[in-house]
Amino acid sequence: MKAPAFAYARASSVDNAIELLSQHGERAKVLSGGQSLMPAMNLRLLAPELLVDIGALDELRGITRQNGVLSIGALARHVDLQNSPLITTHAPLLKEAIAHVAHPAIRNRGTIGGSLAHADPASELPACVIALDATIVVRGPAGERRIAAEDFFVGIYETVLSAEELLVAVEVPLPPSNATHYFCEFARRHGDYAIVGLAAQAVVDHGKFAELRPVFFGVGDKAVQVKVPALLGADVTPKALSEALQTLAEALDPPEDQQASGAMRRHLSKVLLARCVAKLLSRPDLATLEPA
Amino acid sequence: MTTPHPISLEVNGERVEAHVLPRINLADFLREHLKLTGTHVGCEHGVCGACTVRVNGEIVRSCLMLAVQVNGASVETIEGLSDSGEISDLQAAFRERNALQCGYCTPAMLISAQDLLKAKSEPGREQIREHLSGNYCRCTGYQAIVDAVEATARARKSRDKSRAP
Repeated sequence: MKAPAFAYARASSVDNAIELLSQHGERAKVLSGGQSLMPAMNLRLLAPELLVDIGALDELRGITRQNGVLSIGALARHVDLQNSPLITTHAPLLKEAIAHVAHPAIRNRGTIGGSLAHADPASELPACVIALDATIVVRGPAGERRIAAEDFFVGIYETVLSAEELLVAVEVPLPPSNATHYFCEFARRHGDYAIVGLAAQAVVDHGKFAELRPVFFGVGDKAVQVKVPALLGADVTPKALSEALQTLAEALDPPEDQQASGAMRRHLSKVLLARCVAKLLSRPDLATLEPA
Repeated sequence: MTTPHPISLEVNGERVEAHVLPRINLADFLREHLKLTGTHVGCEHGVCGACTVRVNGEIVRSCLMLAVQVNGASVETIEGLSDSGEISDLQAAFRERNALQCGYCTPAMLISAQDLLKAKSEPGREQIREHLSGNYCRCTGYQAIVDAVEATARARKSRDKSRAP
């Protein structure tokens, strides 16, 4: 199908975009890379009256390192993240995740800002920015707001962004030198949305987790960060892992759909966490632990 | 409000000026306005890949881009790639290996394959499959397509070698 009729405005600056959004409120939608918005409009799931195209705003492009953070402009495309030496060095989790996002032609257009604002509960980037403890920077008529990634997502396709606000950047704190990460997802075919996925950022010190932030996606109406105190600061025994997996299973209430049952998603989440712990601690014995 | 917008772009090396309604996507603009019907429209929501074209040298889904968004850009379609001879060897390899049957996916398959061949001189079969994973073919089962791309990569490599001083 094709999109219904709408009006189009090419924003000339961030202020101009905010002005347009303030005037039109819920009737307007921001057009960034369009790789989620256009399918939704072509399928007539969405019918905004006005598209505010921010594609020409160079001020929203670019990936820079400043004041201890990696600042990623909202218009940084998936392919830009994939090819950025700064991302490779300071946020390799993102680089690894991008390889699972759709296909090359989509990654040439899709942007990080668009993906986060779209807030698909099965998509990779929301989980990654929560795992990375990133800050989402948004601007609106009242000025700038800085929101912790874990507070940004509200539900299916829903964030704390108001209709007048624009997501302008994502700031990722520079990780310590002993930081490490894990990314894995189960999908029917490579590039499909995940049935279940896990993005985790960690700090490993002498074979122990000083920090571990596992974030699951595809398991609920938004990405779910799971606390795993049982795995921190001490040698991870099979018993401790087993307890953590139990806690995980209780924390998740995954939905059932045509791809998988809730029970299957819960099981796969446990498999992913066990593999994550085994990989990050270089303890292959823990990966074979049969999740109950 | 929903009035036509003026756009100016380059299509296959030629300057094009037009007025388009915001809702017209690039695929329909190419097909309906410019009669470049080699760009095919399959699913119209970014899944099948049949509408793949190049914008500023990069492959994109033309069903997920509005014509108003390509203002100032350079667009290349299968007609351009084919007429310039850029992919004549790849096209020949597709024909030789029976890498097409109905042909619906073929123009986009060629554009995606050429995108990989430009970046990597000797891609492995897995890399070829990964790069073409966003292009559906319902006839061939992909095996012959991967063969054709692989054969073209090899032929180009040995050609480049023999040309080297």
